Amino acid sequence: MKKLYTAMVLVGAMVMVSTAWATPATDELFTRYQSEGAKNFDAKRGGDNWVKKVKGEEAEMMSCQTCHSEDLTKQGKHHKTGKVIEPMAPSVNAERFTDVKKIEKWFKRNCKDVLARECTSQEKGDYLKFLLSK
Amino acid sequence: MMQNRYMMVLLAAIFLAGSGVAQAEETFWQWMANPWREKEVQPVTNKLYQEECSACHLAYQPGLLPSKSWEKLLTEEALSDHFGDDASLDADALKEIKDYALENAADKSFHKRSRKIALATRDVEAPLRITEVRYIKRKHHEIPEKMIKGNKDVKSLSFCNACHTRAKEGIYDNDTVKIPNYPDWED
Repeated sequence: MKKLYTAMVLVGAMVMVSTAWATPATDELFTRYQSEGAKNFDAKRGGDNWVKKVKGEEAEMMSCQTCHSEDLTKQGKHHKTGKVIEPMAPSVNAERFTDVKKIEKWFKRNCKDVLARECTSQEKGDYLKFLLSK
Repeated sequence: MMQNRYMMVLLAAIFLAGSGVAQAEETFWQWMANPWREKEVQPVTNKLYQEECSACHLAYQPGLLPSKSWEKLLTEEALSDHFGDDASLDADALKEIKDYALENAADKSFHKRSRKIALATRDVEAPLRITEVRYIKRKHHEIPEKMIKGNKDVKSLSFCNACHTRAKEGIYDNDTVKIPNYPDWED
């Protein structure tokens, strides 16, 4: 009986863990960010930063949601060009977070567009943790 | 009398030829001398160019601007502030995209519209926007503002593909134009 219970807990734990997505690319990036001094990546902190509104370049308030929409399982829209942005959530878009170069390219561009600076390794790791949980 | 009529015809011919040149931005002889002319604009054939540019907007064909414009637009510094957005590329990608743009720029193209863009920009400072090209401006100037800027489904002349239904293929002729919310507009 005790064995069965342990097995159930184990299976349950595995299911819970597997609800967060991960790819070889994100594993590589987490390792890289850690080697750059970041630690304890936190999906909650990533999520808070994701929705935090800051003053954009044209004095309007913007956040990541401005272009990626509030529901990450839905398409977003570039605020200037109107270009459709495919959903960020890996649960509906399996292509997301599979290419290290692509992730880094967009972190660089989008952090500069929204925050007017590049993101720190800590911030990027937090964002990734948050996005991978979607 | 005969001579008068001759003069009239000659004057009319000169007038027509003159206005034709002003319209076409290319002289009759330049036009005649080019047997390789093709219609429209060369579609994008480079995969990386297509992918990277279309990540944010229509991948404007290189033949829509002269090489001196692409030289200005496609540098690391220029791309870090690409009309207000950061569009940085890594060095390898930037080189491939820039080389492709320069090889196929308007002044290198034998496509009709590109020739006109090349001629319209030959003697002026390199435009950074396609919408600043004199030929492009003239082609659109009689369209009322409400149909472009004031049109919620167009918003700006920069969004070629809002009305040019085959812009992706490099086709910009009148027959393929459909202005959203103004189905009856005829040029």
